[in-house]
Amino acid sequence: MATPEVTEEAVQSFDLAVDTVRELNQTLHSPPGSDGAGARVLVRNPGGRHAVAVGLDAPYEVEIEGHVGYYCAGMNKLATVRVRGNCGVGVAENMMSGMVVVEGSASQSAGATARGGLLAIHGDASARCGISLKGADIVVRGSVGHMAAFMAQKGCLVVCGDAGDSLGDSLYEARLYVRGSVAGLGADCVEKEMRSEHVEQVRALLDGAGFDDVDPAEFRRYGSARRLYNFHIDNLGAY
Amino acid sequence: MCGIAGLYTKSATLREHLGAHLADMLEQLSDRGPDSAGVAFYRDPAPPGWCKVSLHSPSPTPEWEALTAELEVEFGEASPPEVRATHAVFTIAAEAEDAEIWLSERHPELTLMSAGRSIEIYKEADLPTRFVKRFALNELAGSHALGHTRMATESRVTTAGSHPFSTGLDLCLVHNGSLSNHNRLRRTLQREGMVFRTENDSEVAAGYLTWRLREGASLEEALEGCLSDLDGFYTFAVGTADGFAVLRDPIACKPAVMAETDEWVAMASEYRAIAVLPGAEDAVLWEPAPGHVYSWGTASLVA
Repeated sequence: MATPEVTEEAVQSFDLAVDTVRELNQTLHSPPGSDGAGARVLVRNPGGRHAVAVGLDAPYEVEIEGHVGYYCAGMNKLATVRVRGNCGVGVAENMMSGMVVVEGSASQSAGATARGGLLAIHGDASARCGISLKGADIVVRGSVGHMAAFMAQKGCLVVCGDAGDSLGDSLYEARLYVRGSVAGLGADCVEKEMRSEHVEQVRALLDGAGFDDVDPAEFRRYGSARRLYNFHIDNLGAY
Repeated sequence: MCGIAGLYTKSATLREHLGAHLADMLEQLSDRGPDSAGVAFYRDPAPPGWCKVSLHSPSPTPEWEALTAELEVEFGEASPPEVRATHAVFTIAAEAEDAEIWLSERHPELTLMSAGRSIEIYKEADLPTRFVKRFALNELAGSHALGHTRMATESRVTTAGSHPFSTGLDLCLVHNGSLSNHNRLRRTLQREGMVFRTENDSEVAAGYLTWRLREGASLEEALEGCLSDLDGFYTFAVGTADGFAVLRDPIACKPAVMAETDEWVAMASEYRAIAVLPGAEDAVLWEPAPGHVYSWGTASLVA
């Protein structure tokens, strides 16, 4: 068993050089005390381990000091998970609610299929950021790689830097906002008018992510042209 | 899945412990590829006019001393073998090409794993954590090294199907991914005179690089040729006499992380294999971009 040391501030602490990821996650799968005791959890020496702080279902505040491997904060619900480092593949994949903050950069498929909550990435996100997004919001302070928001259905992807090739390929109803350059749009993704309600939406998302030095008026909006929703023989090459 | 690791040293201290560090990296990647493991070390260059060969014997009692005597008769001088598990490394007073031809004619039962001035290749169908101990990698010093842990998808789990694959003198390839046009490309390369020993897709990638280099391409050109001639998923690491190069396919499904400090440059399939290196917490880290050739110490890359 883990031996979480409860300090005066009622902070639980795990050292993954000693404790196992399973011990950490099992603790996080039990709700914290009704008075909030133990709701703040510090994780040291993650060492690139996979599945750190996965499957949370309670308002924990988890802080991870270092780089994590795959699927960190996957399926997150209600909790706030902050990574003071980089993330491997699939950070916050299938997040339901809550917030995940990556202070470094994220590898591919960040926020994949996420249904709710906010993923804020201070660095860059690589390929397939927000693939099949289903309602969560993703705000990236840096740039995203190719195939961002592939088949994204609902939610927003806000990119303060540049987007790689094939942005929003086969997009459904997710909204994409990019401040910098877009290397190329994917099939059926088009630029759309940036109206005042969109500027307000970007402003709210930037505020939520804590990126208050970015001007929401500088973004351009991209969305689905909705030409691929129904099969049409003329579009065969685009499917 | 498979795992890849590469480590290039910039300091004398690290060179002494190259094997121990690479072993640590491979152990982290053991569950990415538990069926086989292999390494290429660049160390103790042979003197001018000499070459170094790594040989694998399928025999439980290989007669390495007898082979040394034969090599001395044929080439005048040869070092005593440095034996590691099923492998032995010989340094021979001969050109590598001459030694290769003689060995293949006289000892077809032995497999030539590598040839060149400084490369040594060891590989086996074995759990990586066991492999690193069986081959006592922690004893090995050297300038740089590559390693691989294999989870077989395209062909049998055998010593010959393990990585690294030799792609020419002092050159080798490790691969994470799978190629879909390897059968057709193998037939094309066979018509060009290339010889393949397995049904393995990665061996075809290695053969492709060997063929392009033979036809006069630089290593960088040969790697860039992969982008148009290979269909499939790959993160490649290529070892050269001076360093190593990394290439990911344009879709970049297969992971790769790179890191650099004042002491070393490393690449690995996952960060956890870099986290075990000294000073990793302060390393500059990045993910190599798709379709882009990265290289370290490879003066020969563009030659």
